[in-house]
Amino acid sequence: MTQQDTATPEHVEYVLRLGDNALILGQRLSEWCGRAPVLEEDLALANMALDLIGQARLLLSHAGKLEGKGRDEDQMAFLRVERDYRNLTLAEVPNEDFGRTTVRNFLFSAFQVLLWEKLGRSSDAELAAIAAKSLKEARYHLTHAAEWAIRLGDGTEVSHQKAQAALDYLWPYTAELFVASPTDDAIAAAGIGPAWSELEAAWEASVLPVLAEATLVVPARTPFKSFGKFGRHSEHMGHLLATMQYMQRTYPGATW
Amino acid sequence: MLSEAQAWKVLDSVPDPEVPVVSVVELGIVRELHCRADGITVVVTPTYSGCPATEVIGQTIRDSLTAAGAGRVELETRLDPAWTSDWIGEAAREKLRAYGIVPPTGKAAVGAAQPIRFVRKTLTCPRCGSNDTERLSEFGSTACKATYRCKSCLEPFEYFKPI
Repeated sequence: MTQQDTATPEHVEYVLRLGDNALILGQRLSEWCGRAPVLEEDLALANMALDLIGQARLLLSHAGKLEGKGRDEDQMAFLRVERDYRNLTLAEVPNEDFGRTTVRNFLFSAFQVLLWEKLGRSSDAELAAIAAKSLKEARYHLTHAAEWAIRLGDGTEVSHQKAQAALDYLWPYTAELFVASPTDDAIAAAGIGPAWSELEAAWEASVLPVLAEATLVVPARTPFKSFGKFGRHSEHMGHLLATMQYMQRTYPGATW
Repeated sequence: MLSEAQAWKVLDSVPDPEVPVVSVVELGIVRELHCRADGITVVVTPTYSGCPATEVIGQTIRDSLTAAGAGRVELETRLDPAWTSDWIGEAAREKLRAYGIVPPTGKAAVGAAQPIRFVRKTLTCPRCGSNDTERLSEFGSTACKATYRCKSCLEPFEYFKPI
């Protein structure tokens, strides 16, 4: 039996989430190309965007194969409607400024490093291979973002104020990272991915000391909920998709 | 048809498009060759997920083998095990250094958890040999390199990141 025959809808959904996280954050980071505060950071953000889009290609190709409807990476990336995207809301909110971009990269890559470590032992062999590769890249992203988070948070009055505003804005969206659902339960039961409860404490242990060193104050949890990974996105997603999908919608199947 | 040894020789003359001083074989991108009756299968492992050179490398491998008379060339992408800079051999490391790119130092991290912040490395300037160097950015002109500066000869240089 091939994987196409055995993939469950939950399995497809799960790989889509991973692919969409990489794709949508990669798209956001690519918006910095030519606009970053200094040349070195322009290169860094573009490099990280490339890593993420490369990971998205592998993951969306895999999701397409699991789905078994003959959709390739481009159809998955560019020709779905908003409700069919499964990325975390955290990945889609606007860059705003270098502070928010950095704090988001930090919160997200800390999560990715832990997740890729676990997925390296996934019962889905293709996913495990992608995870082992992505882990190496995510570690560089985390190092970069953590260093900048400290530099900005514990920097000047203005950089501190912007980094704190970024954390205040982004923190409520991090609750979504660890929200479980029947999909997640099925994934954990099949040995494809970890239960989120396994990751939450490790993620906090990874991010809190760095935020403390950055002299940033972690906001209290509120009842706010976001639902990007279930396909219900923020008001920002439509604008992002309009930009990202424009070329394939206008010239379907275009290549260069 | 080419023998396996002949095919390896052909590929060892295919330069990496971003770092042309080393070949795709020396970088460890070409993993295996399998000769078939009507051609050859090349197993490749890409470096970084988003490396824009990956497709050019694939095409160049095809073109060079076809030109050498290898028959039908099949490319097979293998992700597991993931590419590591540890696969770059000693001779290739010296070529990188002579080209002005400091080769990866130490073994790339595998498996185990990493501290959030890496320990700063002291690199030796590939131009003047001074150890008085500083990192400008963990990222550089390509995915595989970081950007450094020598404070002695004041020249910038690149560092091939261990991964």
